[in-house]
Amino acid sequence: MIRLEGVTKTFPGMIRPAVDHLDLSVSEGELVTLVGPSGCGKTTTLKMINRIIEPTSGRILIHGEDAMSMQAYQLRRRIGYVIQQIGLFPHRTVAENIATVPELLEWERDRIDVRVTELVDLVGLEQSMLDRYPSELSGGQQQRVGVARALAADPPIMLMDEPFGAVDPIVRGRLQEELLALHRRLGKTIVFVTHDIDEALYLGTKVAILNIGGILEQFDTPAEILSDPASEFVANFLGGERGLKRLALLPVSEVELSEGPVVDIGASAEDAREVMRRHGVDWVGLLDGGRIKGWVYESDLDGRPLEELEAKDFLVSLTPDSSLRQALDAVVTSHARVGVIADEGRYLGMIDLESIAERITE
Amino acid sequence: MTVVAQERPFFDWSWVVRNVDQIWEQTLEHLSLTGFALGVGLVISILLAVLALTRPRTYEPIASVSGLLYTIPSLAVFALVAPIVGIGTFAEKFVTAEVALVSYTLLILVRNIVTGLRGVPAETKEAAVGMGYTPGQVLRQIEMPLALPVIVAGVRIATVTVVGLVTVTSLLGLGGLGFFILNGLRKSIIFPTEIIVGVLLSVLLAALLDVGLLWLGRRLAPWAKART
Repeated sequence: MIRLEGVTKTFPGMIRPAVDHLDLSVSEGELVTLVGPSGCGKTTTLKMINRIIEPTSGRILIHGEDAMSMQAYQLRRRIGYVIQQIGLFPHRTVAENIATVPELLEWERDRIDVRVTELVDLVGLEQSMLDRYPSELSGGQQQRVGVARALAADPPIMLMDEPFGAVDPIVRGRLQEELLALHRRLGKTIVFVTHDIDEALYLGTKVAILNIGGILEQFDTPAEILSDPASEFVANFLGGERGLKRLALLPVSEVELSEGPVVDIGASAEDAREVMRRHGVDWVGLLDGGRIKGWVYESDLDGRPLEELEAKDFLVSLTPDSSLRQALDAVVTSHARVGVIADEGRYLGMIDLESIAERITE
Repeated sequence: MTVVAQERPFFDWSWVVRNVDQIWEQTLEHLSLTGFALGVGLVISILLAVLALTRPRTYEPIASVSGLLYTIPSLAVFALVAPIVGIGTFAEKFVTAEVALVSYTLLILVRNIVTGLRGVPAETKEAAVGMGYTPGQVLRQIEMPLALPVIVAGVRIATVTVVGLVTVTSLLGLGGLGFFILNGLRKSIIFPTEIIVGVLLSVLLAALLDVGLLWLGRRLAPWAKART
């Protein structure tokens, strides 16, 4: 989809190149994050793909076509572009901003209107915002408009240059989740630049770690990078808590769940005691027809049928999609040292410290 | 002399009524001389400003020359241009007058256009380029509209300046409201009514054009008001 072959960029007046003989290949539908310290040439690399910056030497192929063989502005109309400062056009309304590339491509009015309406929904904005000017929107809303504008002509490729760098952490988290959802849904090929290794690992299907001077240190899946850093630079750049970072990438569904100490509320107190004894615990989870109802201590068993007992809620409930890092958090904060996994209320099983640790030392 | 002065009031309203057609005609001529100078000045200034921005080395000379032109007294400019162009025919007079008028607009207009274009945020331009605008489209569709409020502010100052200067062009034998001022002064007995009409209408014209341009600027850049 996008191939960089021996791409080098030396800025005028500089001795050392900003990007040095970089080979990088991005397959269709991938979300590749470029990450590294400042001066690593990640933004330069991104901007060479749509020729905002022209490479000094080397080739960039897009769909097998040399990017230099076409008019730069025509190439750019086929590539979505989102930048950190957003760069919305202040003199144009939200609708006009989103319509930018379709207008350049001379789409018919009706088609543009339909597309704009569609995009506003897609990026989670309100239709009532269409007639506002960018200055009337919050930072997060502006960046949503920026994403909508980049997606407008349905380009197969999107380039994003630290798009969430300027919004507050809460909004950033939401925008990141939305980007992942968009990527799953639309299957775009995305190249995403960030200086934040956590963001790179969270978003990327593959992560390219660049060193000063545009040297590619490692290009692999997040899990592979975390478990097997290619160099000391990468290991240092990943920082501490690598184990925890790996856990953040793995879903609960990756580990085998144990059934855990549970009984149906139809069971007798004797059965419940038996389950506790078998698991060596002083509590038992209560199931109501496959749904988890809560839990009780052994000392709560006072002869009443189980269904009349007041069950305590599990504080955290996990789903198969939750990360192992979330599961670990649930385990260490729960009284019972287990995390309860349920899918829309349906009880699936329990996870404990040991099964998490096992997964990570594999 | 005193006798005559007593017979004629300081402001002779009946003169105004008798000459209303001519007043109207000269006002229109004043307007067209002003409009022409501004139109030509704006076109030249835009070209100079774009040149100054695309070739930064040219900015200094452009700024100095237009600044120098601005400092030359208007009478002197007419005196300098007249021998070259001539003031025989109407066309020659017109060209002589406009050369002077246009040269006075350049400093204000070039400076404001350059300031306005420089004020366009870099990220807005980068986004425009990244979306696939050609360089010409970036200038026409992004930079010029965004510079508009600052450009209009310059046009307003230039307009007020030119309206005042056009009164001087009647020295060349052209029309405009200066015609009345000159006429009033040239009479063997100074005739204040004609001078007052010329001066007042000139001031009024400048004020009306200024307000009109202010309004137009807001109409053309509604987004600028939304930004608080």
